[in-house]
Amino acid sequence: MSVLVGKDTRLCVSGITGREGTFHALNNRNYGTNVVAGVTPGKGGQDVEGIPVFDTFHAAVADSGANTAMIFVPPRFAADSILEAQDAGIELIIAITEGIPAHDELRVFNHLSHQSGVRLIGPNCPGILSPGKANVGIIPASFFKEGNVGVVSRSGTLTYQIGNELARAGFGNSSIVGIGGDPVPGSSFIDIIALFEADPETELIVMSGEIGGSAEEEAAEYIAANVTKPVVAYIAGFTAPPGKTMGHAGAIVSGTAGTAVAKAEALEAKGVRVGRTPTETAQIAAQILSA
Amino acid sequence: MDLLEYQGKQLFARHGVAVPSGLPATTVAEAVDAADKIGYPCVVKAQVQVGGRGKAGGIKVAQDRQEAQLHSQAILGMDIKGHTVHEIWVEAASDIASEYYASIVFDRSAKAPLVMLSTQGGMDIEEVAERDPNAIAKLHVDPLLGFQEFHGRRLAFEAGVDEDVVRPIAAILARLYEAFVVEEAMLVEVNPLIITGDRDVWALDAKVTLDDNALYRHPENAALRNPGNEDPQEQMAHERGLTFVKLDGDIGILGNGAGLVMSTIDVVSQAGGSPANFLDAGGGSKAETITSAVEVILANPNVKAVLFNIFGGITRCDEVAKGLIEAFAQINPTVPFVVRLDGTNDVEGRRLLAEANLPNVHAQDTMLGAAQKVVELAQGVGS
Repeated sequence: MSVLVGKDTRLCVSGITGREGTFHALNNRNYGTNVVAGVTPGKGGQDVEGIPVFDTFHAAVADSGANTAMIFVPPRFAADSILEAQDAGIELIIAITEGIPAHDELRVFNHLSHQSGVRLIGPNCPGILSPGKANVGIIPASFFKEGNVGVVSRSGTLTYQIGNELARAGFGNSSIVGIGGDPVPGSSFIDIIALFEADPETELIVMSGEIGGSAEEEAAEYIAANVTKPVVAYIAGFTAPPGKTMGHAGAIVSGTAGTAVAKAEALEAKGVRVGRTPTETAQIAAQILSA
Repeated sequence: MDLLEYQGKQLFARHGVAVPSGLPATTVAEAVDAADKIGYPCVVKAQVQVGGRGKAGGIKVAQDRQEAQLHSQAILGMDIKGHTVHEIWVEAASDIASEYYASIVFDRSAKAPLVMLSTQGGMDIEEVAERDPNAIAKLHVDPLLGFQEFHGRRLAFEAGVDEDVVRPIAAILARLYEAFVVEEAMLVEVNPLIITGDRDVWALDAKVTLDDNALYRHPENAALRNPGNEDPQEQMAHERGLTFVKLDGDIGILGNGAGLVMSTIDVVSQAGGSPANFLDAGGGSKAETITSAVEVILANPNVKAVLFNIFGGITRCDEVAKGLIEAFAQINPTVPFVVRLDGTNDVEGRRLLAEANLPNVHAQDTMLGAAQKVVELAQGVGS
């Protein structure tokens, strides 16, 4: 088992004819992901190394039976592409695009929340990898193997760091889910932790947070009330100065809100162990799994 | 992007929010000229993005030309909490009967704009919130529906504003909401929102933060510059398309991916070091980007050592190595470098670096080891 992406995934890539879109669509297919279609308006009828390209998501879904979308178009087109994918009946939309305007994200989030049967991951995320099954996005799959640790993270490369330290300690992953570093992520820590809690293969959950917002604090409450599996957390940005955006649009300490200290304390108060470094986080996870 | 007060007021004015008339000035002569045009009494206000300007002496009333000159002389160049005043705003003095507070915040947690109104304006709203939370009326607006008239009435009644200004307050909230949405702001704050002796409602201050990601749709906002507030090194990085934040310390940091760089800064600090910057070279960086980033890091004379912490996904470690080798060829750095390369093409990257045998470049296998090494080097130990 795994969460969100796996052997049943039928992927349609929006922006498949762009340089990055082509590269990662093929990379995902090489890993074993079932990439069934692509969408680029005006390029319907073409193909990308055998993957058929359609003008609209509706045509792509009708023809290929796609159930998952990966959004790889530039920021100014991304919100529209997400809405189109939902309108065409796609169940899982994974938005890799970085730099989508926050008000666009707000509109998209609120619209999707009124629809049923659709889930958005990202934007500004590395995607989802279920080792040995499917890879949707830009996570370098070769560093991860199958296993029983579920990882959910706001950051891509930090996830690789923690995943790699776990792999060195001999542990693999059920799934790795990047929820992204933007102010309005489509899915929260809570949404993904709930999936890992229900996934029989996942035995331990690692959540990697960072400064800004209150998603980690909300996750702490949720974990205390609903999660039976052990959760180990890491928070980046202890030394970040207030008022400065640290790379991710969502990573900013405003006054005293959103600090790493507050997040770590909220998690620890609810019994979640928090590693002070990526290395220590992986060590705590390994300790719990070996016990 | 944070706007200066007067930039915020000009933005408000475009959306029908009443603001006192005023003019910006960067020299004393300009300021006096502006004061003459506006008439006396007028207010000379330092334009810096920091609270407590009044207490620091950055806001003064001028009764005549001579006072306008004295005040602008005193305020231009003044340091307010580390911000040098490069620009002032001269505006008509207002007749203040009451000071209220209004704001619209992009509430990430609720995924909706949060509108707030209080009759206790003119002071730090966080203090008001702590002392008397009921003094602030709040409501979330469904972004798909937008701000309705009842929202404004409800806020006005719940905040307990004077009855004769319920309608104008509700109207100004609707205009502020329009500005928030149309200009794609993350924050719009008016403190104080004043009721004048004639019972008009005016925005006497303006704090506006715009969404950087949306600036491409707002060329007039993107063109607003705030030169005094931009650090030259940050500006250099910005022009080169690098994500950079200047910090106080002496260890230059380069990594790929915001989370990993933040984490690197934490780990270096825990090891006893003090980072000089946050620099995210981004995903898929080519050698040129790395060379260019090294130049930016070394533009800070405080830097005593540099740490490269790379976990390559779409970034290739061989490109990072090539970029560093090229940087050494071009600018011949004199400070030590610690380089940790993992991920895509790491073996090739490490081989390139080993072959180049650059002076004072130390390879490390782990993030933790690299952090400890760079701290040692910055402290002058172990080099």
